[in-house]
This record gives sequence, C-alpha cells and structure tokens, in this order.
Amino acid sequence: MEHEEEATEAAGHAAEATDAAHGAADAAHGAADAAHGGAEAVGMPQLDFSTFPNQIFWLVVTLILIYLVLVRIGLPRVSAVLAERSGTITNDLAAAEDLKRQAEEAEAAYEKALADARTQAQDIAAKTRAEIQTDIDEAIARADAQIAEKSKESEARIAEIEAGAMQSVEEVARDVAAEIVKALGGSAKADDVSGAVSSRLRGGA
Amino acid sequence: MVAYILVALAVLMFVLALTGTENPGLAIHPMDQFVVKPLFGDGPIHWYTPTNVTLWLGLAILAVIALMVMGTRGRAVIPSRGQSIAELAYGFIRKMVEDVAGRDALPYFPYIFTVFLFIVMSNFLGLIPTSFATTSHIAVTAVLALAVFLSVTILGFVKNGAGFLSLFWVSSAPLALRPILAVIELISYFVRPVSHSIRLGGNIMAGHAVLKVFAGFAGALGLASIAPIFGILAIYGLELLVAFIQAYVFTILTCVYLRDALHPHH
Repeated sequence: MEHEEEATEAAGHAAEATDAAHGAADAAHGAADAAHGGAEAVGMPQLDFSTFPNQIFWLVVTLILIYLVLVRIGLPRVSAVLAERSGTITNDLAAAEDLKRQAEEAEAAYEKALADARTQAQDIAAKTRAEIQTDIDEAIARADAQIAEKSKESEARIAEIEAGAMQSVEEVARDVAAEIVKALGGSAKADDVSGAVSSRLRGGA
Repeated sequence: MVAYILVALAVLMFVLALTGTENPGLAIHPMDQFVVKPLFGDGPIHWYTPTNVTLWLGLAILAVIALMVMGTRGRAVIPSRGQSIAELAYGFIRKMVEDVAGRDALPYFPYIFTVFLFIVMSNFLGLIPTSFATTSHIAVTAVLALAVFLSVTILGFVKNGAGFLSLFWVSSAPLALRPILAVIELISYFVRPVSHSIRLGGNIMAGHAVLKVFAGFAGALGLASIAPIFGILAIYGLELLVAFIQAYVFTILTCVYLRDALHPHH
C-alpha cells in the first residue's frame, strides 16, 4: 500500500516536471514567434502568408483579363495581319514570276527578230553578190568580144601592112636588081628582072 | 549560374545590412521593396483590398494592351515599330510552342502567350525604379507554376488516360532499373512546380535585393559611392537580361511540360 502511494507521488512529480518542461517550451516558442514577427518586418515579405489571398486574387484577375484581351483582340489581329502579309507576298511573288516570264518572252521575240533580220540580210547580200557577179561576167564577156574584134581588126591591118611591105620589098628588090644589072654593064629587060626577083622571093631561100 | 551568384550576393548583402543596422549610415533594407501595402489607407489586407500588387498587375495589363492592341491598331502589311514587336513576340512564342510541344499544342498557345507576356511585362515593369516587382513574389509565381502543373497533369490524363503514367515508366531503360527510375521520375515530376516557380521568383527577388543593397551603399559612402553606382549599372544591365530570360525559361518549360502531357511516351 505504502509503496503504491510512493509510486503515485513519484508519478505526480514526474507530471509536474513535464508540465514545467512544457511551460519552458511554450515560452521558447513564444520567443521564437516574437523573433519571427520581428524578423518579418525586415525579412522576406514573400513569406508573409497573410498577403497571399490578396496577391493570388489579383493575379487571377490579371491573367484572365490578359487572356481575354489576347484571345478577343490581340491574337486574331496579329494572325490576320500575318496571313494578309504572307498572301501579299505570295501574290507579289506570282506577279514577279509572271513579269519575268513576260520578259523572257519578249527576249525570245527579240532574239527571233534579230535572227530573222540576220538571215534576211544574208539573203540580200547573197542576191546582190550574185547580181554583181552576173554584171561582172557580162561586162567581161562584152570586153572579151570587143577585144577579139579589135584584135581581128588589128590582125587584118597587120596582114595588110605585111602585104604592103612585101610588095614594096619586091619593088625595091626589082629596082635594085635592075640597077645592079645596069651597073654591071648588062642590060636586062624589066620583065626578066622582075620575074627573076619574084621567083627568087617566092621559091628562093 | 548567374542566378546562384546573385542569390549568394543577396544573402551576403542581406547579412551585411542586418549586422550593420547599428551604423545609421548603412541602414539598408533591401527587402522593404517587396512589402505588400494597401494602396489607400493603412488597413488590413483582405483578399479584395487594392494593394500595390493590384496597381502593378494592372500596369502589366495596360502594357500588354499597349503592345498587342494599340501597337497593332494599324493592321499594316508593312508594320510600324510597335506592330513589329507584337508580331515578333507572337511569332517567337508560337514557334516555340510548335517546335517544343508540337503542332497539336497550338490550341493552348493563347494561354502560354498570356503567361509569357504577363511575366515579361511584369519583369520589365519591376525594373522601373521605385516600382513593385510582382513576379518577385512566390505567391504569384507559385500560382503560375501550379496552374501549369495542374492543367498539364489533368490534360495528360484526359488525352492519354492511364497511358499518361508511361511518362514515369522509362521503357528504354533495362527492366530492372525501371521501377527505380519510375520513383525518380515521379519525384522529379512533383518537384517541377517548385523549381518552376522558385526559379522565376528567386531570380527577380535576388536581383532587386542586390540592386537595393548597392543603392544603400551608394547612399552611405559619400564620394566613394561611384563604385556602387557602377555596380548598380552593371547589375541593372544584367537584370534587364534576366527579366527576359526568366520569362523565356518559364515559357519554354511550360511548353516542355505540355509536350510531356501530349506525348508521354519516351
């Protein structure tokens, strides 16, 4: 019985001791709280949870407003502008392509005209050359004919002159022969002398 | 990498600022710029109270409207400067969605574009001196990331049914490894929204805190403050870069997650 009483007394003491410890812990806690509260003034306002609902509320409002502005106005406008621009660029590129094709066509036409003109010029030149050639040939032929005529004429005259010369030679020879005969003291008939000279001239040599 | 350096710098400056509070010249409070305050009066902040957060979120909306509605008002085939930027942003995100998540992701393009524009506008608005950077708050980035995470997960199950779970079953790995990989994949899947949100919020917060610390030094050093002023200049340039890159990273990760939901098979 007595032992039991002692035991309960001891338990009571123990309980008192833990109470005291509790109290001390509480006090320490309070001190820590105080320190915390004091530090918050210069510490991190980011960790002041009392302002969280306020910040979160206004942040959500902000995000919703920005989202609405973007979805309703901003994004459709920008995407429309971008689409329009790419359309314009595509159109411009197509137009440029078209113009380039036209330019190439014009160039081809020019080249063709140039080639045509060149062949035409060559034709004309060839034709002209042929004409000139015929003219020249004609002129040469005419000149040849004239030359032939002239030379025939000349030959005739030469023959004439030759004949004339032969005759004169015969006459001179006859006269000289007659004189020689006379000088040698002979006398000869004119016919005999001339016959002798003629036969000498023709059959002589 | 840069982000880690920034965070380290921010922590360093923060500690310096805390230890230096006895020195009245160096009373730097780099985190004061992030405090959420009511716009009117000084009452408690309820969920509906118009605060500086409300103001700068509203300005982000106005910036989006200025770019995407006012800028494109001409609907010109040969665009004005504003319209060019709007078209550039549109083409940039649309191509990203198409390339990363595939053509069948294009119906979700408006929301992704909304997220991108919101983040990029908020980041740049936050860089205006004395402004309030909404994207530096984990509450904001966590909502953005969770919205992506939840909608992508739901979409995955709606589109693929139970087949969506094949995302976690790496069929190209040896059979013995697959269960282990499945656990890893599952964990990494649930870490996604955390990294997704903290990457953005942490970067913006760290950069702004560093700027503020440099500004504090500039105010305290007298003539020698030319050094921190150049520091501010350099960090500000970096922050301009970070403002865009973080919006880009957040958006492209959204596209990657969306691709996983639409095509879960490895």
